[in-house]
Amino acid sequence: MAIRERLSGNEAIAVAMRQINPDVVAAFPITPSTEIPQYFSQFVANGAVQTEFVAVESEHSAMSACIGAQAAGGRTMTATSANGLALMWEMLYIAAASRLPVTMCCVNRSLSGPLNIHNDHQDSMGARDSGWIQLYSENNQEAYDNFLQAVRIGEHHNVVLPVMVCQDGFITSHAVENLELLEDEKVRAFIGEYKPDHYLMNTAEPIAVGPLDLPNYFFEHRRQQAQAMINAKQVILDVAKEFEALTGRKYGLFEKYELDDAEVAIVIINSSAGTAKTVVDDLRAKGVKAGLLKIRVFRPFPAEEIATVLRHIKALAVMDKAEGFSAVGGPVFNEVKAALYGVSDGIKVVNYIYGLGGRDVKAEQIELVYSELQKIVETGIIGDTYRYVGVRE
Amino acid sequence: MRDRKLNKSMPLDVKWKEITPGGMIFDAGNAEDFRTGDWRAMKPVWIVDKCTQCMLCPPVCPDTAIPVRDKKRLDYDYDHCKGCGVCVRVCPFDAIDFVREEE
Repeated sequence: MAIRERLSGNEAIAVAMRQINPDVVAAFPITPSTEIPQYFSQFVANGAVQTEFVAVESEHSAMSACIGAQAAGGRTMTATSANGLALMWEMLYIAAASRLPVTMCCVNRSLSGPLNIHNDHQDSMGARDSGWIQLYSENNQEAYDNFLQAVRIGEHHNVVLPVMVCQDGFITSHAVENLELLEDEKVRAFIGEYKPDHYLMNTAEPIAVGPLDLPNYFFEHRRQQAQAMINAKQVILDVAKEFEALTGRKYGLFEKYELDDAEVAIVIINSSAGTAKTVVDDLRAKGVKAGLLKIRVFRPFPAEEIATVLRHIKALAVMDKAEGFSAVGGPVFNEVKAALYGVSDGIKVVNYIYGLGGRDVKAEQIELVYSELQKIVETGIIGDTYRYVGVRE
Repeated sequence: MRDRKLNKSMPLDVKWKEITPGGMIFDAGNAEDFRTGDWRAMKPVWIVDKCTQCMLCPPVCPDTAIPVRDKKRLDYDYDHCKGCGVCVRVCPFDAIDFVREEE
């Protein structure tokens, strides 16, 4: 029987870490992810885990320690947010390129400046090209479930890449919700023992990790790394299937909500999907064919699958809780629009930047987006595709 | 991407499917295979007649390019000598000449 609990999103991740009992956790506190290493260090102090907890002096060191420990052959985890993730930047690429399946919870927070500690997605969106798999979570349950699956995905021998599980700072990290936990022994059976193919502590096979890689080899390594990301898609689906058999909770590359017969739809990530679903329900009650697609897996990007399920949509709004400063739209917009090109060219697609720096995302804002989409369907005129919602005009 | 396909010896024409993940090196001491002697602009030349075998030069060589056998230095390993000139400076007997590398 599953365990019914009430936990914040941060507690849920810390509990998942306790159940996994990793070899090493190295972390540095930063709002709003601080509670994860805080709760976890209590588990360490109480002897609930056998983990070596490394209280490092910065996030750059946190990721460096994770890289070293994972290369040594240990299962390694960390958590961070915003500028902490930014300070890890150099090492994020090295973890991925060195093929070290570190697991991280990124509690999404706006990237300074101006200095802001509240939620948006600028931190993890900035790291989208670092070679990490990225899973996004609408609520505490999904954060917990994604974190358990992340270990399996990253360590799979066809993947061997680090995984970042993202959840919204404060909104889910600090809000206490009911959720279902697995029993410790079921988690351990699901995760299994970490058995890397090659690792530094293996005296039977001495190796060097992270050496100089000159032009004759670097290109081949990048190609191989790219293949790991391509392979990850199927592994994510396979792990989700196994997880569903265990818990009854279904996961895919994305979630469709009232999408199959929708005429107007939005694409959204993380907690605002919950707000948007209630708006969809209200609109459906009024006879509006509104739908929603919530992206769970942003890296690898499920371009083909997304283009297929959006094929019939007349007008689409892609929501970005990050400003990419490309002057043409946010990162999710660019990906989705590129996915549709040549497949579903008839869809009228607009972009909305929303909720930056913790600005409350209210149902009225989402309603406004749907009503603008309906206007586009009625008039056939798209107008400006790069828009803001919720900003004072 | 498992071992069966892995080419641990990393030949120069290794293909991406066989290359070691993340550039892992399985072959200890493989720096010897990389001919850093190509980088040399200046070349030390050992003058055997002046050499007293005082053994000051071999330990200062950063590339272990002065081979030693039976407590005596031998001629340079020009495949790995980068021409840094440290041995030239340390020699008290002017037994090492330092000349421009010819093409």
